[in-house]
Amino acid sequence: MFSLRTSLRRQIIRPVLCALRAKHTLPKLPYPYESLEPHISADIMKTHHTKHHATYVNNLNAAEEKLQAATTAGDVSGVIAVQGAIRFNGGGHINHSIFWSNLSPNGGGEPQGELRDAIEREFGSFANLQSNMVTAATGVQGSGWTWLGYSREQKRLVIVSCPNQDPLMATTGLIPLLGIDVWEHAYYLQYKNVRPDYLKAIWNVVNWNNVAERLLASK
Amino acid sequence: KIMFEFKELGYAYDALEPYIDAKTMEIHYSKHHKTYYDKFLASIGDTPMENLNIEGVIEQVDDNTPSAIRNNAGGYFNHNFFWKCIAPNGAREPEGNLADAINSTFGSYENLKTKMSEAGVARFGSGFVWLIVKDNKLQVVSTPNQDNPLMKISSIQGTPIMAIDVWEHAYYLKYQNRRPEYLKAFWNVVNWSTAAALFSK
Repeated sequence: MFSLRTSLRRQIIRPVLCALRAKHTLPKLPYPYESLEPHISADIMKTHHTKHHATYVNNLNAAEEKLQAATTAGDVSGVIAVQGAIRFNGGGHINHSIFWSNLSPNGGGEPQGELRDAIEREFGSFANLQSNMVTAATGVQGSGWTWLGYSREQKRLVIVSCPNQDPLMATTGLIPLLGIDVWEHAYYLQYKNVRPDYLKAIWNVVNWNNVAERLLASK
Repeated sequence: KIMFEFKELGYAYDALEPYIDAKTMEIHYSKHHKTYYDKFLASIGDTPMENLNIEGVIEQVDDNTPSAIRNNAGGYFNHNFFWKCIAPNGAREPEGNLADAINSTFGSYENLKTKMSEAGVARFGSGFVWLIVKDNKLQVVSTPNQDNPLMKISSIQGTPIMAIDVWEHAYYLKYQNRRPEYLKAFWNVVNWSTAAALFSK
C-alpha cells in the first residue's frame, strides 16, 4: 500500500541523505588476522589492514573533502591539485577491499565450473594461469598489483599489472577478479626481499569462490 | 673495459641503530642492492653500455631504455649513492658553502629537512628523494622506483648531492607504514660530508 510516508521518503528524504555523502569506512576483515598463517602472517594481515588500508580510507576521505571544498569554491587549480591523492588513496581503498575478499582461510585448491573453463580456454590450464600471474607479479618494478581481470568487450580473461595503487577498472576498463598485492608491505615482514616465496604461498589462500562470483557478476 | 664493483658498505650493519636497524641494513645491502648489481651486469652484458662507467649508463636512460637496464642500473647506482649519504659518524649538519646555499635557497636547514621529508611522504609508492644542483641552484625533487635525476627520463634533471631511499624495504622492518617516522629518524644518520664534496665540484 503506497502511503504518503513512503512517497516522502523515496522522493525527498533519501535523495537528501545521499547528497550528504557518508564517509568511506574500513571494511571489516572477514576472517581473523592469524587465519591465513603460515602463508601470510598475522603481523602482516594486521598491519596491512589496520594501518595501510585504514590510512588509504582516511586519506581518501580527507582528499574528497578538499575536492568538495575546491569544487564548491570554483577553484579549478585546487580540484586538479587533489587528483593525485584521490587516485592514490581511492585506488588503495578499492584494491584492498577486493583483496581481502579474494583471500580466505578456506581458500586454496583449484577453481571449478565456469571460471575453470574460462581459465583453461585462455591459459590452457590452471597451472599456466598461476605461472603467468607469478611471472607478471615477479616482474612488477617498485610498488603495484598484478590482476586477473575480465574483458567484457573481448569476453576473455586477461592478466595485467598496474603500478602503485592505480585501480584496474579505472585504468584499463577490465573487471578485477583476483588481485595480488606486490607492494613490499604485503609480504616484507615475513618474506623480506624474497617476493617469489610470497607468490608461491599465496595460492594456498586464494578464495576461488569469490573470484568466480566476481566473474559471474561481470557478465 | 670497466669493471663494475660491488663495494663494501663502509660501516657495520648495526652502526646506524637505533635509527635504521641492523636487519634492514643487512637485507637492504646484501640482498636488494646486491640483486640490482647482479641484474645490472646481466642486463648490459654484450651491449655497448658495458664500456661505460655507471654514470655514463645512467645518463643515457631514456624512454627507449629496456626496463631491465633502467631499473637495475638505477638500483645499482642509487644504492651506491645512498650508502654514502648516511654514516655512523657523519657530519649531521651542512657546513660552509653548502650551508650558505641551503639557507639562501630554503631559508634554513630546518626548512630543507621539512621539504625533503614532505617530498618523501608525497612520493606515492616507491622512489627516492633527492637534493640536487640544477643550474647552480639547489632543488628538492623525488623520482619513482629506481629512477634518478641524472636520467634523461627524469622530469626534473640535475646533479644529485644527497638522497633518501623511501622504498618500503628501506624502513619497513622497523617502521612498517610509518614512513614519516623513518624520515624524522633519517636526519640522525645523514652524512653531509658527501653532499659537501659533491656540491663543491
